[in-house]
Amino acid sequence: MKLVDSYAYLERLYNLIYELLEYRDRARDEGVEVIPIRTSTPLVRYGFVSMLKGGVIMDVTNVKQAEVAEDAGAVGVMVLDKLPYDVRVAGGVARTADLNIVVEVMNSITIPVSAKCRIGHREEARLLEEVGVDLIDESEVLTPVDERSHINKWEFRTPFVNGARDLPEALRRIYEGASMIRTKGEPGTGNVAEAVRHMKLVNRDIATLRGYYLSNDTEAIRLYSRESKVPFELALLTARLGRLPVVNFAAGGIATPADAALMMWLGADGIFVGSGIFKSSDPESRARAIVLATTYYDDPETVVEAQRMVSEKAAMLGIDIRTLKPEQLMQVRGE
Amino acid sequence: MEPVLVKKPSDLVAVDSLIIPGGESTTIGSLLQVRGLGERIVELAEGGLPIMGTCAGAILLAKRVADRVVGETGQYTLGVMNIEVLRNAFGRQRDSFIAEVEVEGIGRVRVAFIRAPAIRSTWHPARITGYLNHPTAGSVGVAATQGNLLALTFHPEITGERRVYEYFISLSRR
Repeated sequence: MKLVDSYAYLERLYNLIYELLEYRDRARDEGVEVIPIRTSTPLVRYGFVSMLKGGVIMDVTNVKQAEVAEDAGAVGVMVLDKLPYDVRVAGGVARTADLNIVVEVMNSITIPVSAKCRIGHREEARLLEEVGVDLIDESEVLTPVDERSHINKWEFRTPFVNGARDLPEALRRIYEGASMIRTKGEPGTGNVAEAVRHMKLVNRDIATLRGYYLSNDTEAIRLYSRESKVPFELALLTARLGRLPVVNFAAGGIATPADAALMMWLGADGIFVGSGIFKSSDPESRARAIVLATTYYDDPETVVEAQRMVSEKAAMLGIDIRTLKPEQLMQVRGE
Repeated sequence: MEPVLVKKPSDLVAVDSLIIPGGESTTIGSLLQVRGLGERIVELAEGGLPIMGTCAGAILLAKRVADRVVGETGQYTLGVMNIEVLRNAFGRQRDSFIAEVEVEGIGRVRVAFIRAPAIRSTWHPARITGYLNHPTAGSVGVAATQGNLLALTFHPEITGERRVYEYFISLSRR
């Protein structure tokens, strides 16, 4: 079964009500030609994020960086006040980006513009939707305001992306209305190790569920959903598809073309690069190289070419995750 | 017919017809230049290879491109169709929608417009074959043909509209 089929499946579930309203309207306007236009349905949101597949979304803090990202071939930018690495260094409370900068970026590039809001901060998300960002990241990089309950994303017209460290976390976010998932990794470290770990954890559980499905073991899927605190229907859908029911990107610590190619090989649908590009001293060529390595990850010749476009001396120095204190970890924010 | 993914010029060898799908036209455009894939597609298009471009694909077929907010984009396109395309014609993602449109040769189909472009104008031999009456953008072109080339500004695959593909395949077999 293909991912597209899963969209159609979800669409049928959530849109029955819209269909009924549509028929009512049609009956009302009998004899008159009406063209029903439906905005902000789940299908429109899933459709949008699936257009990002195979691409790279880059963290930027101003218009100049956004233009570099667009020229490099990014499929989108993520506007922040500070890059994750700088959030780490600065400490204090990290909030959503300056709306004036978000709008300025939207008016100067043609690719989709995303921005981050704090976990559980419904009003920051509302502001971002109101100014018209294309994708909202409810992100652990910013200081969470409510770790016990994430935003109810079904209330929004704008698609959301959420971080996850394993499959149950990912399915909980999808249940809350996330249209897209990314690995959490450990942001701002330039160390891809945690992103690898999270992607593998997701893949491992999907393989397990798929096994249950193929052997017709619905009871085992039911048990999995109960133990992992996820809705049975979503566990079943994942088992049936043999993949996450929404687009799944890699994020957190990706700093080189080879990092991007590794995450794509592990099954990521695309890549978020945070500090990796604009904390390096060769952002233009590094941005291009990461796009190239992401698209052609299965072609070693091109990945070599991409890797040669950047110098290891110019890469961000990065942080060894083992030297971080438990309270400095961002990935544990919001389960 | 069997679908194959085209990333390099050598992938085009066994291809009878080509679909350029949606995505970001600037991204696809920049990648088309890397391996000489763009040049090869232009040669094949001029040689009569049936090509269907949907959404970003339609932008890439166009000779002239502008963005509703940013204006002239100066971006790379294949430039094989005599059409002028306006990017993000209906607004941003929150304005994306699903609608029914009537396309010549295909009929009435239910399709998705995701940050979709519109066809502003065409000149000979290209012509518009489908319009959409949109509440804010008005009546705009959403489909155009020019011999072996077909530009659609929407996504038939998101709503699973098979008829669009059946039509395109029937063109390819002609």
